[in-house]
Amino acid sequence: MWRDALLVAGKDLRIELRSRVVLNQVAPFAVVVLALFAFALGPNRAPMVEAAAGLFWVAVLFACVLAVQRSFALEAADGTRDGLRLSGLDPAGIFLGKAAAIAVQLVVLEVLLAAGVVLFYGAHVHSYVAVLVACAAGTAGLAAVGTLYGALAAGVRVRETLLPFLFLPVVAPVLLAGTRAWQVALGTGPGGDAADPWLRLMLVFAAVYLAVGVLTFGPLQEAG
Amino acid sequence: MASAVSLRAAVALTGRFPVLAGIDLTVDPGEILVLEGPNGAGKTSVLRACAGLLPVTSGHAVVLGHDLRRHPSAVRRQVGMLGHAAALYNELNVVENVRFAVRAAGGSVDGIDAALDRLGLVGRLRRTTVGRLSAGQRRRVALAVLVARHPALWLLDEPHAALDAGARALLGDIVTGAVAGGATVLIASHEPEASLPLAHRAVTLAGGRVTDERTLERRVPDPGQIESTRVVGAVHVA
Repeated sequence: MWRDALLVAGKDLRIELRSRVVLNQVAPFAVVVLALFAFALGPNRAPMVEAAAGLFWVAVLFACVLAVQRSFALEAADGTRDGLRLSGLDPAGIFLGKAAAIAVQLVVLEVLLAAGVVLFYGAHVHSYVAVLVACAAGTAGLAAVGTLYGALAAGVRVRETLLPFLFLPVVAPVLLAGTRAWQVALGTGPGGDAADPWLRLMLVFAAVYLAVGVLTFGPLQEAG
Repeated sequence: MASAVSLRAAVALTGRFPVLAGIDLTVDPGEILVLEGPNGAGKTSVLRACAGLLPVTSGHAVVLGHDLRRHPSAVRRQVGMLGHAAALYNELNVVENVRFAVRAAGGSVDGIDAALDRLGLVGRLRRTTVGRLSAGQRRRVALAVLVARHPALWLLDEPHAALDAGARALLGDIVTGAVAGGATVLIASHEPEASLPLAHRAVTLAGGRVTDERTLERRVPDPGQIESTRVVGAVHVA
């Protein structure tokens, strides 16, 4: 399973390095989203700093949808999906490999967006540990859910519109917990709030969806 | 000796439509079988069912000793399929595509260079991304994957499409070599003049069933030269 996961992740990342779709299209899109929110909130810094945590995660979610669509578009062209099924690769390995490749791309996007939050909104980080743990757990959860629903939508003709419809409601806990954890980390949350419960929620969410993906990706791939 | 492919009253559905409607087909190990028939006859469906890509919902279906109704995916690593699409990643170059396909199938990468040489994929072509290749060149890359993988069962769907005369002759050599190495080959084709010279037997399909069967006197072509084939026996099945 791990060998297959490395093989698939390596292939997806090599394709991304070659095509630079995430770097040249998805990343600018995510930064533009942040900038537009900044314009919408007006010239006053206070509301921007207060909203920074939530807007960061909204931008991550939108960017994640595009990254997942791109990941499964690779398997829709020229019969490559059948090629992947015929290869005999362990479906759990394919799931973990595709999720890992999406996660790596999300990490790059999150670094850019975090810089954008500091630059556009003037946010200051008070707890780097909370920021990093939230990003790690959120990335794992989003990549797992994205890969799962990407496979589910892959065989459907209207997959481009179906994926956000399926994906965004399911990842609402990541949006909520990530925002609250970041609010604590940025010192913009309600007084007395702690990041730990939100981080635990994100870790459990990621663990559950990674396990569900490992167990169900095979049947999903066959049914898609 | 057990058959390489054994389908008896096998039914496969696409939606609610029976693309295989109780087909009976047996293919011996080391045999080259050509599937003929009009569009929609079920040729591609037979190949996809044998690859475990199309579920067989009733009847008997055993390929390379694997029961397709119980474990449809178990046979896949032993099968190599050349479909209408080349199943290649446009952003990867020729070597990267072949290496990924071979490693994914659990094969050895040692034979990749030889396979690429054999298909004429040499020099700068090897480092060219597949998205920039012509249809015929993509077909050659897909064939190189099969040559490098050495599957036990070759499933070739219109394999001569997009190939020039030289590549067609080379395909004949490759198929002959695969059978000499113990493989079994099923070819779905609309080009009898190209496919029948390679075959031991031809079956005609219509409506997802076998309607006619012919044993051919196969004359193994010299390398690069496909000779004519004579029909020596015919059986009208339905």
